[in-house]
Amino acid sequence: MIVYLLRRSAFLLVSFLIAMVAIFVLLRLLPGDPSNALLSVTATPEQIAAAQAQVGADRPVLEQFLTWFGQLAQFDLGESFISSLPVGPEIAARLSVTIPLTLISFAVALVVSLVAGVVAATRSDRWYGILISGFSQLGVAVPVFWVGILLVSVFAVGLRWLPSSGFPRDDWADPADALRSLTLPIVTVALVMSASLTRYIRSATLDVMGSDYLRSARAQGSGYSEALWRHGVRNGAVPVISILGIELATTFLGAVVVESVFGLPGLGSMLLRAIEQHDYPNIQGVLFVSTLVVLIIGFVADIAQRLVDPRLRLSISGNR
Amino acid sequence: MSATVIAQTIEPRALRPRSWTLVVGLVLVGAVVATALVSLLWLPFSPEDTTGSRLEGPGGAHWLGTDRLGRDLATQLMIGARIALLVGLGSVAVGAIIGITIGLTAAFAASWLDDTISAALDVVIAFPVLLLAMLIVAAQGSSLASVILAIGLAMSAIVARLTRVLTKRVLAEQFVTAARTSGTRWPGIVVRHILPNIWPTLSVNLALQFGVAVLAEASLSYLGLGAPPPNASWGRLLQEAQGTVVTAPIGAIAPGLALIALVLGVNFVADGLRDVADPSRRRSR
Repeated sequence: MIVYLLRRSAFLLVSFLIAMVAIFVLLRLLPGDPSNALLSVTATPEQIAAAQAQVGADRPVLEQFLTWFGQLAQFDLGESFISSLPVGPEIAARLSVTIPLTLISFAVALVVSLVAGVVAATRSDRWYGILISGFSQLGVAVPVFWVGILLVSVFAVGLRWLPSSGFPRDDWADPADALRSLTLPIVTVALVMSASLTRYIRSATLDVMGSDYLRSARAQGSGYSEALWRHGVRNGAVPVISILGIELATTFLGAVVVESVFGLPGLGSMLLRAIEQHDYPNIQGVLFVSTLVVLIIGFVADIAQRLVDPRLRLSISGNR
Repeated sequence: MSATVIAQTIEPRALRPRSWTLVVGLVLVGAVVATALVSLLWLPFSPEDTTGSRLEGPGGAHWLGTDRLGRDLATQLMIGARIALLVGLGSVAVGAIIGITIGLTAAFAASWLDDTISAALDVVIAFPVLLLAMLIVAAQGSSLASVILAIGLAMSAIVARLTRVLTKRVLAEQFVTAARTSGTRWPGIVVRHILPNIWPTLSVNLALQFGVAVLAEASLSYLGLGAPPPNASWGRLLQEAQGTVVTAPIGAIAPGLALIALVLGVNFVADGLRDVADPSRRRSR
């Protein structure tokens, strides 16, 4: 396990380095120069040179990369080209919207889909079991933003129960107010996510129910629910954990779309605006933070899988 | 074993009768394809025709009503079908060509190169197709071609990893050893032994990726990063209809249903194909 932990940590580090290089290279492919963001169309060559010097675009690419990398090592994400505000605090402020949105939606979806998935598997002969299975098929096909648009039109514009978009100006100063703004986005994300999670949990439950070890446990006199709890949960959890990791990461990054529907000032809308404005420090900063989050989620999911399944723990062969 | 591969092994079996999913899937996909084909020959109105009254309800000359500029919604939807299919097919083609090439290379390569490629793929796969496509579109500027290229490139990592795993499995088979011993060179092995053996599983995955591509394009267009007008993508129709969803709900409902029909249909077809490819997965219930 310790060997695995070391290997997995090394892999985390290497992946992160690869991702940093990839982000940097990809951004240099953006048409135009980072300095363009600072300039008007009528800029003179002197102004262009000055702007390039200001953002460091006149230096060799390798030097730019090392500078950026050196700053990152000191947790300094630089300053926005557009607003000259430091990137780090801006991202932190945005995360105070995106992280609660992601985690609460995820928790809601997890509870809903655990119940729904097990019911769909164990009651596959009843109408509600079939109904749940049917709904869960929709999860992969329904665009999140469409669900958001429909929910807004019914609950915000139609019934006027909840705000249709935006977030309190003073953030979480009034938690009830902030939560009211997040309710519809959370329901939107949780609805779509629970549909796709239900599919996996239903399928994992079916696999467990059809397994030989469960039959053996029953044959040795163990009650049905006891067998399911003692043997089924642990076995069924292994594949589900990796799905949960992927879903959590997808939701975190998918926040771009949901935040657009609801006009939320989260990480996603920051990225979208930064892309439009060619604001390199902001784009790099957001990508840096999201990469970190995604890779750590994968790391935790892999470790959790091994804690649950001793067979995996014995294999030290990396993550593949 | 990596996360996505596990995801595929526990990929849920669809609803009960297997033929049922394939038939429904083919009907749904067929309807969209037929609509797109008809739109090439005939449209109820010109897509730029703004002579209709604004936000007209369904019925009458405009079957599904008009949008806020007075354009015919049915016409826009038909053009959207064309774009959705084009993006789906185009990005799957791009993703398959690049992905299969990288996957085969990794499977045949020396272990250090294989490990490097695999590690890089794992990092890329950690990001959803949409986010990668957003970045590529941002770098390329938004046009239909760059959307297709972006989604295809983002998808190619998933295809590459699957191809690598499947190819390694085939390479371990005795008939490959036999072919090698009898002097078949690697191009022959790829064409005669590997591709026919990995294709059944790979094609199911490509069908699923088609659905992912269509949804990604819709999201890009919704965010304003998709193909510019006059390409009436379903995603852009949704974005335009969002502001008038209460006065003219059909404008926001119809493109969404069209999207769901196509993506669900493709997924059903993929499920059906999987059974044809691998009867052992069929559940006799």
